[in-house]
Amino acid sequence: MATRRGFLAGLLAAGAMPRMTWADVGGPAYLAAAKAADGSFALHGLSAAGQSLFHLPLPGRGHAATAHPVRAEAVAFARRPGTFALVIDCGTGGLRARLTPPAGRQFNGHGAYAADGSVLFTSEVVAKGSAGRIGLWETKDYTRIGEWASGGIGPHEVRRLADGVLAVANGGIRTDPDDRAKLNIDSMRPNLTYLDGSGVILDQVELEAGLHRNSIRHLALAADGTLGFAMQWEGDASEAVPLLGLHRRGAAPVLCVVPEADAFTMQGYAGSIAFDGAGDQVAITSPKGGAVMIFGKDGAHLATHRRADLCGAAPAVSGFTLTDGAGECWAADQAGLTPLGRTDAAWDNHLVALG
Amino acid sequence: MLMRAFAFAGLLASPAQADVAEAVRDVILPGYAGFAEATAALSASAAANCADQAALRQGWNAAFDAWLQVGHFRLGPSEIDGRALAIAFWPDPKGLGAKAQVGLMMAEDPALRDPAAFAEVSVAARGLFGLERLLYPADATFEGPGACALIQMTAADLARMAADLQAEWVGGYADHLLMPGQAGNSDFLTQEEARRALLTALVTGLEFTANERLARPLGDFDKPRPERAEARASGRSQQNVVLSLNAQQRLSKALVAASPQTDAAFQRAILQATKLADPMLAGVSDQQKRLKIEIVQQSIHAIEDAVTVELVPALGVGLGFNAADGD
Repeated sequence: MATRRGFLAGLLAAGAMPRMTWADVGGPAYLAAAKAADGSFALHGLSAAGQSLFHLPLPGRGHAATAHPVRAEAVAFARRPGTFALVIDCGTGGLRARLTPPAGRQFNGHGAYAADGSVLFTSEVVAKGSAGRIGLWETKDYTRIGEWASGGIGPHEVRRLADGVLAVANGGIRTDPDDRAKLNIDSMRPNLTYLDGSGVILDQVELEAGLHRNSIRHLALAADGTLGFAMQWEGDASEAVPLLGLHRRGAAPVLCVVPEADAFTMQGYAGSIAFDGAGDQVAITSPKGGAVMIFGKDGAHLATHRRADLCGAAPAVSGFTLTDGAGECWAADQAGLTPLGRTDAAWDNHLVALG
Repeated sequence: MLMRAFAFAGLLASPAQADVAEAVRDVILPGYAGFAEATAALSASAAANCADQAALRQGWNAAFDAWLQVGHFRLGPSEIDGRALAIAFWPDPKGLGAKAQVGLMMAEDPALRDPAAFAEVSVAARGLFGLERLLYPADATFEGPGACALIQMTAADLARMAADLQAEWVGGYADHLLMPGQAGNSDFLTQEEARRALLTALVTGLEFTANERLARPLGDFDKPRPERAEARASGRSQQNVVLSLNAQQRLSKALVAASPQTDAAFQRAILQATKLADPMLAGVSDQQKRLKIEIVQQSIHAIEDAVTVELVPALGVGLGFNAADGD
């Protein structure tokens, strides 16, 4: 124990030195977790062209990361049920801090920084019952400074909007604290919640009753403020339901339908969502269905491209950048997929854009 | 083109390459050829005499048997234009197919006379299950005035899709599997990806039989759902389970010839499924018979376990990293 404390203390002392910015570490465009061929896990920084610029070891399988807006540091969240999150100094590869949720709380895989980077928001659940919480951490020493109710059960992704409002995808699913077993599929009620800077609920969006088993899990933000939300269907697999919704506060959500021939392509599962660089199109990926679908901002389906185990999705300067579980990175647009390059590692669920 | 592909694979064959090449040569291409042949015969039979129910049923059953050899290859050509869905739209709990068919017949829809228009009709209304409702009619609606044209059009549409599938496999997609990483082949960049695609087809097929063909009629113990069995009207529910397992065993052996545990698991499940003697799986409502159906389901899961233990290391690939996880 003494050794371990010493190790942590050393890292934290190192953290007192002037911080590097993202430009200092090669200006990565993306962050993504991956599993290497030898079974180890790492967080990678990727160039805009999809090349791994650096990788830093993780102690276990990651889910998503979120990047500090200025400093070259990122929080890597463990998979659910998350017992830790690591703040990694992407310049030195050192550990800036290890976040542990308060007793009885679990991290839920995602987080977001305030615009100035002073506060980190983490999606969490009360382990027993899965009531949603947003954890607040100051980012100088990464100490816990408070928490808010998330406005639902089982929050997953959380995004900060340009005006500082926090959008939360409350997935609606109560899970077993130990094994992720889903406990309330018959009665689940996901929602999209908007919280102001003090945690007060500004708006909540629920889908029609027939879609109450459509778990709202991942979020993407367009420059004009349109929020895209991606869903995972927990109902009968033989029912074709929309997996993408678009929302602007004050208006009804637009649910995006797909042509009949593509109705089951995604197998009821959207794993990631991203707007393109221009903010005109939005993509959802399905590793289960082995496909990406691209939609216009009016919600119209524009294209479906197939590729096994596609999951990570993020904006590119033009179009999208996608990653798959075979280690391939792709440029995607309405016309198709173009391979960008391969890493000898399996890209995990999410590709996170910086800046 | 294809011959060259085989020659190429044969000359350079390392043990690692034989798996995909054998599956393509011995299982996939003959399977699609058989499906194209059977559906062409069915379409010819329907065109010749749409009222000869006995001949049509025979042709339809042969076509369904042939589909079960390849139905689990949910990749490439089968996913274009929703073909796999249009060929076998099941399950259909809301009865979308029947509703759409009634609509076509009642409206004397022009699609009943125009193959191109019929190809755009709802996937739920077409294919093998569309024909099953017409050849094993549950009520007079499906024997009415429009039925003859609908039988002929559905059979011709099915044959067209089967011919397209075969043509696209032979005309390029098989080469993509056999020669990954070549210019213009974004389907498969490496040998591993080609192997993983076929392993995925195998496991997906097994899961469909366990989780849909068997699980749907099983329902809950307190509420069995015999009416949900696949191809119940034609009494093929059990046969579909047996034929699917047989087809998947052939794929498994083509991928990895020496896989004794997987073989044994297949044999056990196939024997159990064959011995059910329950064509419509109606036994889900009977305590004793239900148990036997549940045991078949467990035996299929045991095949999946054997595949994980034996085929995954032999092929050097697992299922998708993200596909198998999810969050």
